[in-house]
Amino acid sequence: MDNANSPLQIRALDKFRGRTQVLHGIDLDIAPGERLALLGHNGAGKSTMIKAVLGLIRHEGGSIRICGAAPGSAAARAATAFLPEAVSFHPALTGHEQLALFARLSGERADIEGLLERVGLGEAMHRRIGAYSKGMRQRLGLAQVLLGRPKLALLDEPTSGLDPISRQDLYAIINELAEQGAAVLIASHALTEVEARTDRIAILRKGVKVADDTLAGLSAQAGLPVKLRVQASGAHTDRIATETGGRRINGASVEILCSPQQKMAELRKIAAMGDAVADIDMVPPRLEDLYRHYSGEDRK
Amino acid sequence: MRRAFAIARAEMLILRRNRWLFMATLIMLAFALALSFAGSAPTGTLGVDMLTVSVASMTTLSVYLAPLLALMMGFDAVAGDRDRGSLALLLAYPAGRAEILLGKLMAHLAALAVAMCIGFGAAGAVAAWFGGAGTESLMALGRLVLTSILLGAVFLVLGYALSALSSGATAAAGLSAGVWLVFVVLYDLGLLGAVVMDSGGVFTQKIFPWVMVANPADAFRLWNVAASESVALSSGMAGAASALPGWAAPLSLLLWPALGFLLACAAFRRVEP
Repeated sequence: MDNANSPLQIRALDKFRGRTQVLHGIDLDIAPGERLALLGHNGAGKSTMIKAVLGLIRHEGGSIRICGAAPGSAAARAATAFLPEAVSFHPALTGHEQLALFARLSGERADIEGLLERVGLGEAMHRRIGAYSKGMRQRLGLAQVLLGRPKLALLDEPTSGLDPISRQDLYAIINELAEQGAAVLIASHALTEVEARTDRIAILRKGVKVADDTLAGLSAQAGLPVKLRVQASGAHTDRIATETGGRRINGASVEILCSPQQKMAELRKIAAMGDAVADIDMVPPRLEDLYRHYSGEDRK
Repeated sequence: MRRAFAIARAEMLILRRNRWLFMATLIMLAFALALSFAGSAPTGTLGVDMLTVSVASMTTLSVYLAPLLALMMGFDAVAGDRDRGSLALLLAYPAGRAEILLGKLMAHLAALAVAMCIGFGAAGAVAAWFGGAGTESLMALGRLVLTSILLGAVFLVLGYALSALSSGATAAAGLSAGVWLVFVVLYDLGLLGAVVMDSGGVFTQKIFPWVMVANPADAFRLWNVAASESVALSSGMAGAASALPGWAAPLSLLLWPALGFLLACAAFRRVEP
């Protein structure tokens, strides 16, 4: 099932560092226009996997195909854009010169000024990179990702060092990339950020892919309890707690944990209590809970 | 090739920005001029024009300075980018590693060439103005500039290889200093010791000249000396030069940059950023 149109296809990828295996049989696909979040602790193998996809390091087993080409080949490099973690450049060059170098290397006739304006470096483009802040270097890194319409964009911790406004800009640009048909892989720690802004989530734990699905799919698989918080009216708190089997958390509220399947039954039960219930909040499991579940802290 | 030029262009900007080009030219100019004036005394006794003497002393100068300047530019080529963390990104672009090194080599070599031409050229002009110059001594000056650039190329590519092999820029700088010491100082001292021990035996007669010419720094000296009788006379190296065929020194000095470049590429290919 080799598909030349698939931007990224990884099969049974194994990578050793010395005698320790750092990636174990990873399978991963990204479709055109899809935004995939790759999550995992430090040292889980995210950066190693990205470097293997870029052809910067050799892998010992399995296969990687970028638009049907081998990693590190001319075709694969031309199709790929990369933003390294905490990107840096030669401090003596200006942002404009650095981006012009990248454009020449990729053989693109690019609108350098336009791109730099786009990432908010219009004012600083003729200043030396040595005088840039961390966030400005990150923006310059992002500008080079936009060069030449990549088919696959690999972003390693793209939001590290960015302020909240810049993060919003960054995700706007990522969405633009995806709309143009690029497959985007975002390796990240910032769970709350990627939660709403990616289409699919893969989680690595110690070099093993332990999850790979949409947020909803992951929730369903994990079977994590939904939290119902019921606010009692008057002195009915105790009654509600005993009838639902929930736990009183303060004078007027009861917290009930139930599986997604039981949720409706619980809600009906609560609704039947009539006036005793003043309000109800429903908290589905968040990515943080899911991440903790899949990355092992909750696993026996 | 287009990509190599793109790299060369950026490297050239960097050399100009961080004043490398300026400093290298200044160093060459200062030393060459100083030697030209200091070495103007023995012209009468040897019966050669002042430019010839000046070229002979500048040959000795270049043996030390060209490798030093080249290594100082070369050691940072790979290790600097890796230390900064910009190497991974550069290698993700569709430029081969040999292309990247070639681009850096072109820029660094151009910078060396500028420094050599200005430094030796100015000193030569001064010597010719005050002490006269003939066709032969002008040829010798041209040869000195060209061979100095070749010698620089040898140590540039050796610097790249060290840069790729070492764990960081600091280690690469240390290794470069060691390489300079071995090729420029210790190698000759060792040979001298061997010749003294051998006291005119088979080693001195047959092997010594070849071992000597295998070192690019000595090949540089021999080439400049062998090609011009009067330079040989004034530098006192005629003996070793006459024991070798004329092509030996040029071959060594041309082979070293090529082999060194291949070595540097091989070392660079093993780098995992």
